[in-house]
Amino acid sequence: MIINHPLLGPRDAQEFVYLGDAALIRRPDGLTDGIDAFHDYLYLRDNPAGLHRELWYHEQGDRSWLVVTRHTVTHEITRVELARDVARAEGRSR
Amino acid sequence: MRYSGFRVIREALSGHTGWGPVWRDPAPQKDYDCIIVGGGGHGLATAYYLAKEFGQSRIAVLEKGWIGGGNVGRNTTIIRSNYLLDGNQPFYEFSLKLWEGLEQDFNYNAMVSQRGIINLYHTDAQRDAYTRRGNAMILHGADAELLTRDQVRAMYPFLNFDNARFPIKGALMQRRGGTVRHDAVAWGYARGADSRGVDILQNCEVTGMRIEAGRIVGVDTSRGFIGAKKVGVAVAGASSQVMAQAGIRLPIESHVLQAFVSEGLKPVIDGVITYGAGHFYVSQSDKGGLVFGGDIDGYNSYAQRGNMAVVEDVAEGGMSLMPMIGRARLLRMWGGIMDMSMDGSPIIDRTGIEGLYFNGGWCYGGFKATPASGWVFAHLLATDTPHPTATAYRFDRFRDGLMIDEKGQGAQPNLH
Repeated sequence: MIINHPLLGPRDAQEFVYLGDAALIRRPDGLTDGIDAFHDYLYLRDNPAGLHRELWYHEQGDRSWLVVTRHTVTHEITRVELARDVARAEGRSR
Repeated sequence: MRYSGFRVIREALSGHTGWGPVWRDPAPQKDYDCIIVGGGGHGLATAYYLAKEFGQSRIAVLEKGWIGGGNVGRNTTIIRSNYLLDGNQPFYEFSLKLWEGLEQDFNYNAMVSQRGIINLYHTDAQRDAYTRRGNAMILHGADAELLTRDQVRAMYPFLNFDNARFPIKGALMQRRGGTVRHDAVAWGYARGADSRGVDILQNCEVTGMRIEAGRIVGVDTSRGFIGAKKVGVAVAGASSQVMAQAGIRLPIESHVLQAFVSEGLKPVIDGVITYGAGHFYVSQSDKGGLVFGGDIDGYNSYAQRGNMAVVEDVAEGGMSLMPMIGRARLLRMWGGIMDMSMDGSPIIDRTGIEGLYFNGGWCYGGFKATPASGWVFAHLLATDTPHPTATAYRFDRFRDGLMIDEKGQGAQPNLH
């Protein structure tokens, strides 16, 4: 499986570590969101058979985090973004 | 129709014209008392025990494809009860005891072969951890022995004992562990359930669930709507898709696990061997092929195939452990869909919808659990109370901090 890193070009997936659903970017607020939100964030997943946006960590490369859009039935990757760009677009910068 | 040696002889003398279909192919009824969604090992076992042990009737098993076409037809056949934690070990030992009596119970040859399983260890810390696990096994009524290096060498002299980095120091052995012919498990349970009146409906995919006032009233399927008082879902890797039809999200990710078979070899590996310095395990089938596997690929997948990185990894593990297999050729490889849970342990529980029950999250260890999973799920469906060995397998254990985490890896499915 080849992941087309936005900065470094096509890379073997073996250079990366897989974390999971990119929804993990949207961590609830520890002070205001409550236990249900934290439980659902930590333990529940959509787990689709289809397009999946997911977090990959380039451990053996530039150590950046990527959001990869990949189809979980065919493994075809259609989009690769820097996770930082995705998070900032959602207003999660500090 | 009872199977026996006498039957084989009688049929041989009369041209084998007396054998009949092993299970019926009935038309779906309008409704049932209980529908099991999923015609794999667990679903068929559940239907069998519901009928046989709990005296239930008007039961149907709905299978989207053909029975046994999922993970029960794809696994590496191992049975064992060598878990550490209190929430797990009694359940798996219950399952192993059921395996021991299964062929007589359901009158079908499943080639239950208790050839023994050894877990090799390579460091002092690993020895201590395995000792602890062996003691936990013994405390819960299972068998366990710690073998010395010499004892392992006497059993399997061809292992790489003196590897400089990962020397073999000993092993934890369970003599009652072994292998079972997995297809026969599906067929034996199907035959047993069918003969007790369970309707097995194949090519019958559940496409929706009808819920009224918080209670399930039936399922929409590719063969029409079928009403039901109770619905038990046992679909392994398809769990999230099926439960989404009831609006329920699960603590599960679906991952691909690959497995491999080599060309047929003369008998060389007598039992099941697991490597302690890498994820590699192997046994030899009666046809001679080495049956082996290792880690999941690590990314969500419903493809039922994986990538070369794991193939190389598993081959490296095998070569590190038993260099003698280097000339053998790989004959077959495939993948399945594993329902990886958030603590590596299963969920067998009611849901927030009255009459809807869930059984899943088996990760890559569901085959050995087949008899007990069927029994305890039937117990839950029949009595609305959990079986004593399955009381910890609840959805709310994550909220309450009662995770059953054998590997101690935390809330990331691909680490379990």
